[in-house]
Amino acid sequence: MSPPVKLIGAFGSPAVHRAEAALRLKGVPYELILEDLENKSELLLKSNPIHKKVPVLLHGDRTVCESLVILEYIDETFDGPPLLPADPYDRSMARFWAHFIDHKCAKPFMLSMWSEGETQKESMKESKENLAFLEEQLIKRKKRFFGGDSIGYLDIAACGMAYWLGVIQESAGVSLASGEEFPALRRWAEEYTSDEAIKPCLPDRDKLLTHYVANIDKYRLMVKAPPA
Amino acid sequence: MSATVKLIGFFDSPFAHRAEVALRLKGVPYELILEEDLHNKSELLLKSNPIHKKVPVLLHGDRTICESLVILEYVDEAFDGPPLLPVDPYGRAMARFWARFLDDKCSKPFWLSLWTEGEAQKGFVKEIKENLKLLEGQLVKGRKRFFGGDAVGYLDVASCGFAHWLPVFEEVAGVRLVTEEEYPDLCRWAKEYASDETVKQCLPDRAELLAHFTARKDFFVATAKAIMAPN
Repeated sequence: MSPPVKLIGAFGSPAVHRAEAALRLKGVPYELILEDLENKSELLLKSNPIHKKVPVLLHGDRTVCESLVILEYIDETFDGPPLLPADPYDRSMARFWAHFIDHKCAKPFMLSMWSEGETQKESMKESKENLAFLEEQLIKRKKRFFGGDSIGYLDIAACGMAYWLGVIQESAGVSLASGEEFPALRRWAEEYTSDEAIKPCLPDRDKLLTHYVANIDKYRLMVKAPPA
Repeated sequence: MSATVKLIGFFDSPFAHRAEVALRLKGVPYELILEEDLHNKSELLLKSNPIHKKVPVLLHGDRTICESLVILEYVDEAFDGPPLLPVDPYGRAMARFWARFLDDKCSKPFWLSLWTEGEAQKGFVKEIKENLKLLEGQLVKGRKRFFGGDAVGYLDVASCGFAHWLPVFEEVAGVRLVTEEEYPDLCRWAKEYASDETVKQCLPDRAELLAHFTARKDFFVATAKAIMAPN
């Protein structure tokens, strides 16, 4: 029998959602331990001393950190429908685009939402270009999801775009794209967020919106600081 | 018969080295296409990697794979030969975690520790030294010859920058980050890695690297200033 699975998470975190979604899609029972990120627990700090972030997967005596690493661990450890495709090239594409989302999309998106003037303008342009790349990838596949007929690794990795993007734009009063733009991504977002396995681990929208509105000054300050 | 493999690289790039050494470890024949000048990128590179415009790029038949760590896993999965990643899922998770740690947590403080000055530099030096200690810890106090165990594996390849490039950068910048006294296991590993029969074949010549980086020092300092500037 497999040892117990616990997931250290926090409300509203898309990275935590990734891990939860993967566990649910694999049908793995788990205990969710919610953190207050302003006051991190001993358990979190001990389990993830390097990054001190959520999510952290605890599987018996094993600790796995970093959401994309957790996704692959879950896929490889537990039975259930595969999250990554079988073919090595398709797998490499899924990994490439997940990496693109985390490394190329995140910063311009945050600057689009929380900066001003020229910086904001340029970031919005870059964010739209990034969305266009992802729209193209979705259209190319001609399927419901990035993963094909069912939700896979890249859909989960892109969850921020499916759900958080809309909420954050609303909280900041900034719109990246008009109603007509990126139709494939819009349809995909609808499909993703209404999936039976995914829905239960998406944070409540109103609560999430309140959270982003309440913290907007903090985010505006955060994006001003140099990255180092 | 397997389709032809080509690798677009650049002589001074540790990322391109990662891809080359993976192919060699797997015994995959390939054609190396060297970019001459990364300030004047070829049509082939720009067409093959329009998003990042960076090396390495792996061309396998009509497939194009970018991003060195993605390429590592592709090479491991697409070709026969000794596995680069461990077999068990937890070992794999650890290898992936530490490779990401290097790229996401170490590259910036490493770079800035070389090319900034004053208090800021002190901070980055402290940070990268702590990070390198954490990496060294994965060698389990010298009980492991390589991060991969008895043979070079994914994390060794991912860490190549610290084996071969770090000492050259230290010399150009006049900054000492790693000494044998402070990092006995890491230094021993670096020697083992750089002298491995397969790895050796695709490491750039040290003197050439030194000359190349020395000539570009002003540019490196400028990049550090740009990173430090507020948004």
